[in-house]
Order: sequence, then structure tokens, then C-alpha cells
Amino acid sequence: MTLSVFQPAPDLPPPPGQTGLWRFVREHFFKDATSSVLTVLGLLFIYSIAEPLFSWFFLDAVFVGDAKTCNQADGACWAFVGSQVKLFLFGPFPRDILWRPSLAGGLLAAVFAVTALRLVSVRYMVLLWCALVLVSYWLIGGGYGLQPVPSTKWGGLMLTLLLAVVGILFSVPIGIMLALGRRSKFGTISFLSTAIIEGTRGIPLITIIFMATILLPLFLSDGVQLGTVFRVQIGIILFSSAYIAEVVRGGLQSINRGQHEAANALGLSYWQTTGLVILPQALAKVLSPLIGRCIALLKDTTLVIVIGLLDFLGIAKAAAQNPEWLGFEAEALVFTAAVFWVMCFGLSRYGRSLEKTGAEKNH
Amino acid sequence: MIELIDVNKWYGHFHALKSINLSIGKGERIVVCGPSGSGKSTLIRCINRLEVHQRGKIIVDGVELNDQMQNIMAVRREVGMCFQQFNLFSHLTILDNLILGPVWVREMPRRQAVNLAMSFLERVGIADQQNKYPGQLSGGQQQRVAIARSLCMSPKIMLFDEPTSSLDPEMVKEVLDVMEELAREGLTMICVTHEMGFARSIADRMVFMDGGEIVEESPPSEFFSNPKMDRTLSFLNQILH
Ligand SMILES: Nc1ncnc2c1ncn2[C@@H]1O[C@H](COP(=O)(O)OP(=O)(O)OP(=O)(O)O)[C@@H](O)[C@H]1O
Ligand SMILES: [Mg+2]
Repeated sequence: MTLSVFQPAPDLPPPPGQTGLWRFVREHFFKDATSSVLTVLGLLFIYSIAEPLFSWFFLDAVFVGDAKTCNQADGACWAFVGSQVKLFLFGPFPRDILWRPSLAGGLLAAVFAVTALRLVSVRYMVLLWCALVLVSYWLIGGGYGLQPVPSTKWGGLMLTLLLAVVGILFSVPIGIMLALGRRSKFGTISFLSTAIIEGTRGIPLITIIFMATILLPLFLSDGVQLGTVFRVQIGIILFSSAYIAEVVRGGLQSINRGQHEAANALGLSYWQTTGLVILPQALAKVLSPLIGRCIALLKDTTLVIVIGLLDFLGIAKAAAQNPEWLGFEAEALVFTAAVFWVMCFGLSRYGRSLEKTGAEKNH
Repeated sequence: MIELIDVNKWYGHFHALKSINLSIGKGERIVVCGPSGSGKSTLIRCINRLEVHQRGKIIVDGVELNDQMQNIMAVRREVGMCFQQFNLFSHLTILDNLILGPVWVREMPRRQAVNLAMSFLERVGIADQQNKYPGQLSGGQQQRVAIARSLCMSPKIMLFDEPTSSLDPEMVKEVLDVMEELAREGLTMICVTHEMGFARSIADRMVFMDGGEIVEESPPSEFFSNPKMDRTLSFLNQILH
């Protein structure tokens, strides 16, 4: 008997018309009569919306000029946004010391870049962000050798970023502590954590912001004076922590009991087990809802409008009241929306990239 | 080395361990067997306080296990454990799994811990996998890593809870070989397993459990050829055929 060796036949090229762009278009958009009709109708519909938008945004828009040129044009008045850009960025902050918030913004961008590119270890990253918060508060608020600027003068994108960054930096660790507390075997701790989480989640943020500004001073001893921004910040952190706590708790629950047991059997203490074994895995699992909560927080900061703070959105609305530039609220809002979108999209992308690194470990 | 005196444990109303008395000397190798649900896991998990017993005394290397956290920690530092499901830390590389205990519990310098870890990885035959993650290894390899992870803590006592029963048959031997080597070196071992060939070759004493009780306790020669209790006999008949 002779042994025959299996030889696979060589690959043949696919028949013509089966590959490439044309095939893709035909299969997805013009498969039969119905799909062709739907495609044509869809294109017409998109065109009818996109064409006027495009004209408004670009073709008929005024990029340089004054209110007069704008009023004569049919399109958007980007000249208005350009002329008010300092207001958008810094609100009523004193114009002669704008370098201070600008520097804070630059530092924020730098620290964000260092974080996103993972240039330093997690420990230094935490230190960097804490330092950033302190330095930013100093640069913006003044004191210690800098001319003080009361928080009533803070506003614009600067205020939004301050509220959001400080909010995220505090509410993530507080949320983690609340989540751990809720699962604690000590009854008091677990009861307190649960009460804080459920109590806060039952109240709308807008109410919490009002309460923070009106109620908080009642609890504080007379000597302590907190600026409005500070009080609102506390409210935002509290609110966001409660939601983050629930996200993190979901992650903690998904960790197999065996991981706790193996860590305990090695002799690791509760905090070592939690910090070295459980949390890293739990946080990796809930990364995308966690980033989602951070995005929500960033957008929720716009609610500070209700207590008279002029954040990025508030300042946009205020700018539209400028007597020199009346009637350009749409441009102001579109600009605000675009900036928010870019920030949120950036966060979301960053989250995705973190998820991908995590996924590599399991394959 | 290990003394269990009248140990009782309940899960709610379920009496999982019934008046267990067991005394294990230094360097002794005990194999625990018995039908499913008989309390074998519960018993060995009480020895490093992964489970809390409600009555009786457990003394490990002179330290009594009670509510005192420092006693519990002292015992856990000296007692290593391997689980049926390996329980490697899936977010850490193999090497980081191994050095976690020495670095954080023994406060060993990282470099020294790495050297130690590498020597144990070599012993269990997977030094080349040090930078992989647990999910990238086969079951047998994972279990050998888990054994190496425990050994890095230089334990005086090793507990094994069915270390081979979630492995494919062809991987069982590689893990048993490692365990046999440990046994020959004189480590005190308590091993829950149904690998009777392994038990026969390494055990100093067999412990048979059923219904939360120790039914029979004897050297393997007697245990296999001449069991005293009917329950032992019927169990042996079931698993040996
Ligand atoms: N956490 C728990 N809560 C309630 N009952 C439990 C718990 N853990 C174990 N038991 C019960 O205690 C008994 C002994 O369980 P144990 O895990 O010790 O058995 P085992 O001998 O190890 O069995 P197996 O061979 O299946 O691993 C079983 O009846 C089980 O149902
Ligand atoms: Mg078991």
C-alpha cells in the first residue's frame, strides 16, 4: 500500500464582480427593487437636510466681519463666536490676568496627554492630577502671592472644566469607597454607604445643586466661608459618587469569589486584596460605564446655570445678549455643542483605548 | 503541626462538619477523600480560615485560629493553598502572580522576589511563560503556576483542594508529578483528591469523610486493602471501578 499525501488545491481568484466597492454597494444598497427605491429616497432625504445645513455652516457663513456683515448674510455668523472667544473661555474673569487660567488649561492638556499616552506609572499619574487640581485652584483663585479672584468672576469653559475635572477626580475614588463600603461586612459602614448612595440617587442633580448652595452654609460653622463654586462642586461630587459607586459595585460583584480566596490564602490583608487584586479587575470590567458616568458629569456641570453661575453654556447664552451682537444665539449654541462634543468624544475614545489594552490580557 | 479538636461548622442550619478531631504532624502527608458534599473542602478551608468554624479549636503551628486578625494572618502566611479552579489573578502576568505575595506580605525586595519566582517557575517547568497572562495558559500549566505561587511564600504547610479534578486527563500527570516531588521533600501536605494512585504513593495517612464526619483514618496500605468501615468500602468500590 502506498501512502498518499494530502495536497490542498491552490486558491482560485473569486469570479469577477464578487469583490470590491461596486459589489459592496450593490449588495447593501441596490439588491432589489425595494432596496433601490429606499436608497434613492434616503439619499434625497439626506440631501434635503444636509444641503441647507451645509450652506448655513459654510457657504453663506461669515467668518470675519462685524454684526452688520453678519446681518446681511444668510448663513452663520462665526465672526461673532470669534469676537467673543475670551468670554466663552473665561467668562467674566479679569482680562488683565487671563494668563493664569490659560496656564491652568495648558497644564490640564499636558497632564491629560501624559495620562492618555501612559508616559508614567499609575502612582505618578494620581500625584500629577492631584497637583494639577491644587495648582489650578491657586492659579484661578489666587492667594499666596497672586491677586485673589472671587469665584463669582469664574466662568466659561474654564469653569466647566474645573467643575468637571475636579468632579471626576474626587467622585471616582469616593465612589469606589462607597461601593466597597456598601459591601463591607461591618453593618454600620455598609448601612451608611447604602444610605448615602440611595439617598443621593433619589434626588435630581438640580435639587442637589440648589441644596448645596442654600443648605450647605447652614451646616458649616460660622467661621467657614465657602465660595459658591466650591459648594456646587461638593454637590456635583456627591451626586456623581453615588452613581459611580453603583457602577463600581457591579464590577466588584462580577469578580469571582476565588480571587478573594486566593489573595486571602496568600496572606494579603483586606486592603491589599482589594487594591492589588479585586479593584484592578473590577474597574477594568466596568470601564465603559465608568467613562460614561464621567461624560455625564461633564455635561451635567451645565446645570450650575440655575444658581447663576456662568459656565460654558451659561456664558454662551449671555454672550448672545450682547447688544452689539444681537440675534446670534444659534451660533453660540452650536459652538458650545461642538466643544462639548469634542471633549466627550475624546473621553469616550480614551475609554475605548483603555478597554483594548485590557482585552489583550485575556487572549 | 495542625490540631483540630472537636471542630464543628454549620452553614445556616446545615451541619457541615461534625466534631472533627485530627492531628497532623510535621512533614506528614494526608490525603482526604470522600463523596461529594461530604465536607472535604470545608475541612481544609477551615485550616486557613477561608471558612469560619463555630465550635472547637484549630491550632496551626502553635497559633490558634479565632477572631484575632493577627492570628489569622500569621497562619495564612505559613499555609499555602491550591484550588480546584486555580484562581490565578487574571490581570497579572504569571511572574507578577508569583511575586505578589513575597513583595507585599513578606516585604521582599522586588528583584529578590523575581529571582525566587523564576526558580520556582523553573521547578514546575514553565519558566518560559513568565510574561504571559493566566488566560493564555492551559489548565495544567495554570495549576502548576498556582502551586509555584504558593511555594514562593515558603509555606510550612500546603493545602490542595482537588487540584486535578478540573483538568483534562492528559494534564493531570504533570500536576501530580510536581506534587509528588513536593511530598518527597518533606513538606506538610493536606490533599483532597480522588487520584488514588497518587494517594497510595505519597500519603502517610488517608482520611475518609462522609456526611461531615471523619469516618475512617488509616495508612494507605490498610485503607485500600482492608477498610474497616462499610461506607469506606462502598466508596472505594465506586471510585476504583
Ligand atoms: N457556602 C455554603 N453555604 C451553604 N452550604 C454550603 C456552603 N459551602 C458548602 N456547603 C455545603 O456543605 C457541604 C459540604 O461541602 P464541601 O464543599 O465541603 O463538600 P466537598 O466534600 O468538598 O464536596 P466536593 O467533592 O463536591 O467538592 C455540602 O453539602 C455543601 O452543599
Ligand atoms: Mg470540594
